[in-house]
Amino acid sequence: MSFVSRGFAGRRRKTPPGRLPPGQYDVGDGFPVLSAGPTPRTALASWDFQVQGQVDGVRRWSRTQFQGLPRESVSVDLHCVTSWSKFDTRWEGVSVDTLLADVVTAAEFAVAFSDGGYTTNLPLADLTGGQAWVVDTYDGQPLEPEHGGPARLLVPHLYFWKSAKWVRGLTLTLEDEPGFWETFGYHNYGDPWREQRYAGD
Amino acid sequence: MTDPDEAADRRLDANAAAGPLAELFTVDLTVAVATCAGCGNDAPLAAHLLYADAPALVVRCPNCAGVVLRYASSGSTLRLDLTGARLLTVTLAADGSVGISERQPHRPP
Ligand SMILES: [Zn+2]
Repeated sequence: MSFVSRGFAGRRRKTPPGRLPPGQYDVGDGFPVLSAGPTPRTALASWDFQVQGQVDGVRRWSRTQFQGLPRESVSVDLHCVTSWSKFDTRWEGVSVDTLLADVVTAAEFAVAFSDGGYTTNLPLADLTGGQAWVVDTYDGQPLEPEHGGPARLLVPHLYFWKSAKWVRGLTLTLEDEPGFWETFGYHNYGDPWREQRYAGD
Repeated sequence: MTDPDEAADRRLDANAAAGPLAELFTVDLTVAVATCAGCGNDAPLAAHLLYADAPALVVRCPNCAGVVLRYASSGSTLRLDLTGARLLTVTLAADGSVGISERQPHRPP
């Protein structure tokens, strides 16, 4: 006879109140991987991050230079448009504020671009003000390629497709230029609290 | 309000395309050959690479991995993006059939 209760070890912790947007469910300890293409395997030696487009000069950081930038640790909730949410995820990386600190631009929009050709567009105002990071660790470990390593964008206040995996840079633009999912009927902005899944939502 | 181009070009409402397009889309598309808009490679759809766990079906070219087709159904909305397919080719049998059993003959009401 066993006094070990499956109930305690196996029970999912309670969903934090007020943190589940409409139409979402708590995925618990899982971390689904949704792939729209092959996982790029970028050699760390050739990885870099670039800020380009409507800028006073292109900024480029090699892997080594990027790792020398001031780093931040964040714990955030994720909301995927396919309706799972995940709470208290821990990441470390560089704030987009740091990357854009001395960039002179008239741009109001940005397109994040990635290895493998993925793109996503965001208002520049949603990438600044402590709302977005380029992260290269997850849960204290180097970010796995399946989850976007070497580095991914992290913009937790928008649906997770805006947090481009395998990100290699930002193109600042004067006009809004819809990205991979945005050109396929997904919402241009993607606020999970307003359930902006599809264009017109 | 009359669109002058409509009269000049004999432009039709795109609803008129639905009939002819039904011919294509009742075909088993796995036998269709898609030409990649990126690299020009021809391959049967069945030989393409499908990523089905993303928010949509993403079909990629077996040669260059470029996106050839995206398809999603959510609720009552279907979405098809063929930007990455320069051409879809379906070869009918000599009798005009497409050789699949599911196809229902069109019966006028
Ligand atoms: Zn191709």
